[in-house]
Amino acid sequence: MQNPAIHATGLVKSFGEGDAKTPALRNVEFEANFGEMIYIVGPSGSGKTTLLSVLSGILRPDAGTVAVEGVDVWHLTADQLADFRLNKIGFVFQDYHLFPRLTTAENVAIPLILKKKDWDESVEQAVKYLEIVGLKGRAALPPVKLSGGEQQRVAIARAMVSDPDILIMDEPTASLDGDTGHALVGFVHRNLLNENRCIVVVTHDNRIFDFATRILKMEDGRLVSSRGEA
Amino acid sequence: MRGILKLAYKLLVNDKAKFTALLVGNTFAVFGMMFATSMFSGVLYHSFSTVTNIGASVWVMDPAVQTVANSIGMPDYVLDAVRSMHGVKYAVPLYSGGALVKLPNGTFQYVSVLGLDDTSLFGRPQLTEGQPQDIYAENGFIVVHDADFSKLGNPHLGSEFQLNDHRGVIVGVAKVAASGLFGIPTLYTTYNRAIQYIPSPRYTASYVLVEPKSTGDIAAIKQQVKALGYLALTKQEFMQNIKSFYIYQTGMGTNILIMTAISFIVGLSISGQTFYTFILENLERFGALKAIGTRGRELVGMVLFQATFTSLTGYGLGVGLCTLLISLAKLRLPDYFAMITYFNLILALVMVLVIAGVSSYVGARKVLRIEPFDIFRG
Repeated sequence: MQNPAIHATGLVKSFGEGDAKTPALRNVEFEANFGEMIYIVGPSGSGKTTLLSVLSGILRPDAGTVAVEGVDVWHLTADQLADFRLNKIGFVFQDYHLFPRLTTAENVAIPLILKKKDWDESVEQAVKYLEIVGLKGRAALPPVKLSGGEQQRVAIARAMVSDPDILIMDEPTASLDGDTGHALVGFVHRNLLNENRCIVVVTHDNRIFDFATRILKMEDGRLVSSRGEA
Repeated sequence: MRGILKLAYKLLVNDKAKFTALLVGNTFAVFGMMFATSMFSGVLYHSFSTVTNIGASVWVMDPAVQTVANSIGMPDYVLDAVRSMHGVKYAVPLYSGGALVKLPNGTFQYVSVLGLDDTSLFGRPQLTEGQPQDIYAENGFIVVHDADFSKLGNPHLGSEFQLNDHRGVIVGVAKVAASGLFGIPTLYTTYNRAIQYIPSPRYTASYVLVEPKSTGDIAAIKQQVKALGYLALTKQEFMQNIKSFYIYQTGMGTNILIMTAISFIVGLSISGQTFYTFILENLERFGALKAIGTRGRELVGMVLFQATFTSLTGYGLGVGLCTLLISLAKLRLPDYFAMITYFNLILALVMVLVIAGVSSYVGARKVLRIEPFDIFRG
């Protein structure tokens, strides 16, 4: 039987100390399977981004375990953890975090370059992914010359270029208008979700709920409800 | 790692404003350090030009002598005593002094006069015009064709001048390895003519030049000279003594040290500050790289590469600028003293690497502290 893509138990995380200590995750249990596109929704400050960070090996929890494809993430060394993120996870940040001094193709090629692949080959492969997201013609431009929707697609191409098993998307439509956001997530659902990949999305945007396999609601650091595809 | 370094290179170089500011800071720091130390090297090199040009292995002198120019006359018996010492192959006197010559156009020019041993002419310079034996001709002088040659009205063979009411005739033109420090022309003549023409104190031998039978005899010669109440130094020791005098007893060394330190501090401030700003502006990108999966040491490698690349490029530009300006100055002022040595180059390189090290340290600390979680939080 295949391991779940992500299996997390008893996750606890707090910020601050003493009287200022604020719990962000309170004994959270989470499981995601391959082929699923899971949404984590909830009000601001409910712990969505914290949960996403803990699941993706970015933020160490105070307690609990996270197993990705059966591997206990938080028992890895710092270097192993970096390699894990590089090889297993694709990130789409809310603010894109593209490099304005690089071309669009070079931005997309970054994960391959970090994997020590040849620069030119990496850029060549990046252009193929730009073609998938419909931006091949923009490969030589710097990201600042692109619209918000186009930059988000570049960020998605960058997340996908190393063919990760898990795609993490943090508020992917936050900077986009309704139609563009819906089209973009639809594109991800159609083209990037498959039986070997799991996509976890943190969002406030109920206009894109129709693409979710499951929607998990967080409140005050707890997962309070779960429902199937809307 | 090559791809990551190329990434670091592009992030740096494509930020043209910051990169230019970093280069300007490093370039002028290196230029300042190079220029100050080159001036000093030039002064030092020319300060012992007589020692270089004469070329004797061992110099005997009064213990109070600090530079070639301020020689103190020694009685004749010193020469005889040195000649009789164990291990001495031969010893000859050298007169070193200054005089005012009257040129044919009626103007006066201060000159340095070196009087060579009449018999051997030991220490004579290489002639480009005339014959060595012509120095024995009546009133014969050899003029050195160096940067100060023109101050004697560009004399040629047969040119005449007056020296202390004595007639002088140029019988040879010579070239030497190094011209003097004080920007005055140099004349060579025989020892006896020098002390005859130039008003001299009771003791006339400025130095006794010694050639030992072997280098192993030098220590014994020094001991015997010391017993006589005088000082014997090898050529290198004498040059070192002169250097030490200019470095420690004239204030010149302190001034150069201060100028070099100021250049270093200015360079460090500009480069360090600009590099730190560059890192701060790119902190989110470094954080994104960390989140994507860059290892800590790879990020440090990127920062180190960026700091080192700008520092070494600035070093190259600074050295080039310094060389260019010194070359241009030498075209206008032939006796311009600045001189780039390996020591100057290495000193500036070490200092610029310190600048790179400090900049990298500050930048790397900041980059290592950024939490990828902050990138998620936005």
